[in-house]
Amino acid sequence: MIYSVMDKKNVVIRTDNVKYAYEDGHDAVRGVSFEVYKGEFLAILGHNGSGKSTLAKLINALFLPSEGEISVNGIVAKNEDEAFEVRRHCGMVFQNPDNQIVATVVEEDVAFGLENMGVSSEEIRIRVDAALKNVGMEKFAMSAPHMLSGGQKQRVAIAGVIAMRPDIIVFDEATAMLDPSGRAEVMRVVQDLNQNSGVTVIWITHFMEEAALADRVLVMDAGLIAMEGTPMQVFSQVDTIRNLGLEAPEMIILANKLRAHGIDVKDVMTVDEMAVELCRLKS
Amino acid sequence: MLKNVTLGQFFPGNSVIHKLDPRTKLLMTVGLIAAVFMAGSFTGYVLVFAYIFMAASITGFGIRFLVRGIKPILTIVGITFFLNMFFTSGGEALIEWKFIRITDVGLKNAAYMAIRLVLLVLGTQLLTLTTSPIALTDGIERLFHPLAKIGFPAHELAMLMSIALRFIPTLLEEADKIMRAQMARGADFESGNLLNRAKAMVPLMVPLFVSAFRRADELALAMEARCYRGGAGRTRMKVLKYARIDLYAAGSMLLLFAVVLATRGLI
Repeated sequence: MIYSVMDKKNVVIRTDNVKYAYEDGHDAVRGVSFEVYKGEFLAILGHNGSGKSTLAKLINALFLPSEGEISVNGIVAKNEDEAFEVRRHCGMVFQNPDNQIVATVVEEDVAFGLENMGVSSEEIRIRVDAALKNVGMEKFAMSAPHMLSGGQKQRVAIAGVIAMRPDIIVFDEATAMLDPSGRAEVMRVVQDLNQNSGVTVIWITHFMEEAALADRVLVMDAGLIAMEGTPMQVFSQVDTIRNLGLEAPEMIILANKLRAHGIDVKDVMTVDEMAVELCRLKS
Repeated sequence: MLKNVTLGQFFPGNSVIHKLDPRTKLLMTVGLIAAVFMAGSFTGYVLVFAYIFMAASITGFGIRFLVRGIKPILTIVGITFFLNMFFTSGGEALIEWKFIRITDVGLKNAAYMAIRLVLLVLGTQLLTLTTSPIALTDGIERLFHPLAKIGFPAHELAMLMSIALRFIPTLLEEADKIMRAQMARGADFESGNLLNRAKAMVPLMVPLFVSAFRRADELALAMEARCYRGGAGRTRMKVLKYARIDLYAAGSMLLLFAVVLATRGLI
């Protein structure tokens, strides 16, 4: 589990009864209030259509709320200019790596956001090189994006966002289209960013194993927040989770079954932790 | 099978011509096209050819490499040649047989047209061979930048081109995938007459278009998320700068143009 530098006094995002309805009348988000603290790793969970992706776009000011208010670093986006400001502070990585890479060369793509912000060319050069190094893609600076693997493309997309030096990054199911090794690559980079660079991470996913690594978990259902707490607090309510269309991590279910058989295991979430716990019990 | 499509292939290299500013190369290509059309004598054409030959040697590709690029247009050159030969009136008849009448003027026109086409393809290839697509779109954007004041969408055009270039391999890959999926379910893309084959493409094109629109939608969101809001206030990582060598290159093109004009009266 990550214990990052979460600072509960320092709220970076505050949402107040946020609602959003699409033009066709579909209510995707129906009144959500929560706070995100500086430096935390917040996972937002939910099954398909729970409104979690819409919420991500609301945070990034790609959509403006129909009702309620979102403030990001104290900025409330009401028009284009304010939305632009929000996006400078809050980057976003999307699900499909192919559909968010703009340029035909990796380093040009990483530079894209900086060029939009009007950063000077010398500064762009420095930040692009640093960002590529940060995600371990410096060897591919001159490669064509379509020659890279899914995990590598996603790391390029992350480099493009961190080059803009945002305080917060929203990952909208950023690993959903990757194979297990690509998923691990991306997860490693994101954890490093969160722990060593102090970037606040909002990790939207439907993979329980990824959410288990977060400091705090929000579970969305039908456009509302259904549960909130540390991963342990949330996942230990196995039945409630199941009713929300999700499945608790396997190790939690296994631990519960062991307890039902009178074996007193401690709270564990990952396979590694379970292995350690079982060895401890055996000795 | 779709991977073999090559579109304005770029071969990286270290020659002087590779390093020229893309704007210079674009303007030189325009100059070359003008020279080809202004030339009015075989001497002129030989001079243009010599210029292309020299340029090809400098790039390191050699003229043979360029000549290979002509193959796809040989049919068009042939058709142009024969149409001009048979359908030019006036001049002295060289051969008259039934309805066929070939005149000296016709033969000359035909030869001129064929030579022009060949020289055009030979020369313009040099631009795409030595300039990366990014440099090319950059060059176009900078070149048309002054026109933005009168409402010409220079930045939008360049962005459009670079996104198109970015998505060609992605969409080709996708087309290939859809094609395989349809073939696995018994679709036949390779037999039957032209009409049947065209019809067989419908189940390929429809999903491809739907997916392209979906991609465009997502890409637009991703661009906005990275603070994109058009060309205003945008900077670039790589700034184009004219060097001394650009001046020499442009000078050589001007010289060619002048000489070609001077030789118009010759044979």
